Amino acid sequence: MTATSDDTLNQTPLHALHVELGGRMVPFAGYAMPVQYEGIIAEHRWTRDQAGLFDVSHMGQRFLVGPDHATTAATLERLTPGALGTLGLGRMRYTLLLNDAGGIIDDLMVTRSISEDDDGTLSLVFNAARKEIDDDYVRSALPDDVSLHAAEDRALLALQGPQAAAVMERHCAKAGDLTFMRATSAAFDGIDCHVSRSGYTGEDGFEISVAADKAEVLARTLLAEAEVKPIGLGARDSLRLEAGLPLYGHDLDETTSPVEADLSFAVAKSRRESGGFPGAERIRRELETGPSRLRVGLRPTGRAPVREGADILAPDGETIGMVTSGGFGPTAEAPVAMGYVAHAYAKPGTTLQVSGRRGAEPAEITALPFVPHRYFR
Amino acid sequence: MAATISYTKDHEWVRIEGDTAIMGITAYAAEQLGDVVFVELPEAGKALKKGDAGAVVESVKAASDVYSPISGEVVEVNDALDASPQTVNEAPETDGWLMKLKLADAGEVDDLMDEAAYKEFVATL
Repeated sequence: MTATSDDTLNQTPLHALHVELGGRMVPFAGYAMPVQYEGIIAEHRWTRDQAGLFDVSHMGQRFLVGPDHATTAATLERLTPGALGTLGLGRMRYTLLLNDAGGIIDDLMVTRSISEDDDGTLSLVFNAARKEIDDDYVRSALPDDVSLHAAEDRALLALQGPQAAAVMERHCAKAGDLTFMRATSAAFDGIDCHVSRSGYTGEDGFEISVAADKAEVLARTLLAEAEVKPIGLGARDSLRLEAGLPLYGHDLDETTSPVEADLSFAVAKSRRESGGFPGAERIRRELETGPSRLRVGLRPTGRAPVREGADILAPDGETIGMVTSGGFGPTAEAPVAMGYVAHAYAKPGTTLQVSGRRGAEPAEITALPFVPHRYFR
Repeated sequence: MAATISYTKDHEWVRIEGDTAIMGITAYAAEQLGDVVFVELPEAGKALKKGDAGAVVESVKAASDVYSPISGEVVEVNDALDASPQTVNEAPETDGWLMKLKLADAGEVDDLMDEAAYKEFVATL
């Protein structure tokens, strides 16, 4: 962590605000990002109790633009196992970019245009560290009449927590009409934005895409509300871990299949038969006979957190998997982790051992999420 | 006269009381680590050399070794941290102490920084 390395980092449109608010800035996926303000545990609990504001402008906002919805959706369906052709106007879906071996190149959100006037456009949100890879991959598969555009002039904010809806409705009445995984274009105190009811914490909440030069005004307006505090990447990670949501680069990589990652819900039923996406054969086989390994939740029996990279051992000491995310869950009030184990050991309640820096310690396979989701459906 | 406290560049503090050394991590270290959720302490009787990793402090995100500022045998550890590890954040240089050592070489403390030197050192970081 040297001062000079910061010079080469990208900054989000809210950089000056983070610094003013006392955010501890760290490098993340090529950006200077706030890891915490007052402290990870306090920020985590505030988000579960009230509403937390996250800057996620480092993520890759993209528009996939074609002549009509059927064409654009079919283009993306050639790279993903989702049923995107049947996505309704203003509907959002979680999907996966897959390689030819059925491994996950990235996980992403896809939203169809809000209105018929600009139908034929899908909004995509890529992980920050995968933007360039995703761009190249999608572009390599584009027909002449579909193009991919980066929305580099837009910021992305997330407001998450049980008070998020009450706060949003004061400034953006249309936001309150949304249910989980729906989006709309709206005015926030007169500022044009694109709002969806979605997020990465397991809580009710919204993601707001707004022009970069309006992001700070919007953020300051939200932070002026008594229920809202700024939340850093540290709590974003502990919140998503408790919610059982995988993080690309840790819980997912190019060797992981959707079935192994327990993301089979993202493999649309209609496409299990028809195929036509990369790795379809492997995925069909794993759906039928079970994957060789499966992503699971893990609860260490003691108070000590286990960390990414720790081995998971069967009772006889054989290595059967690895921890891919681990830390302390402030709401669970206990250490929580996720990882991959051989399929035979994946049943919740199975007692295993994890072996990290302290040597072998007992842990139990636990159903995900650790903290129940509270989406507004 | 109050006992003097000495400091290391790794952000440990040590206070000498007779032939016993009480040690912990500094307020700067606690602030940098963030919320402490678990502290792993050695067994009483363990012999530590100056610079040995004697304890581990785990925050929400990461685990960090704590190095013994001096050589000696562990005579007592702060068991209260089992139930309330956050004391390391709340009072790092008092109630959040980690362990007591029976001094092996009282001269070693002369190699450490005094409070003024440590403050100056932290200001450069």
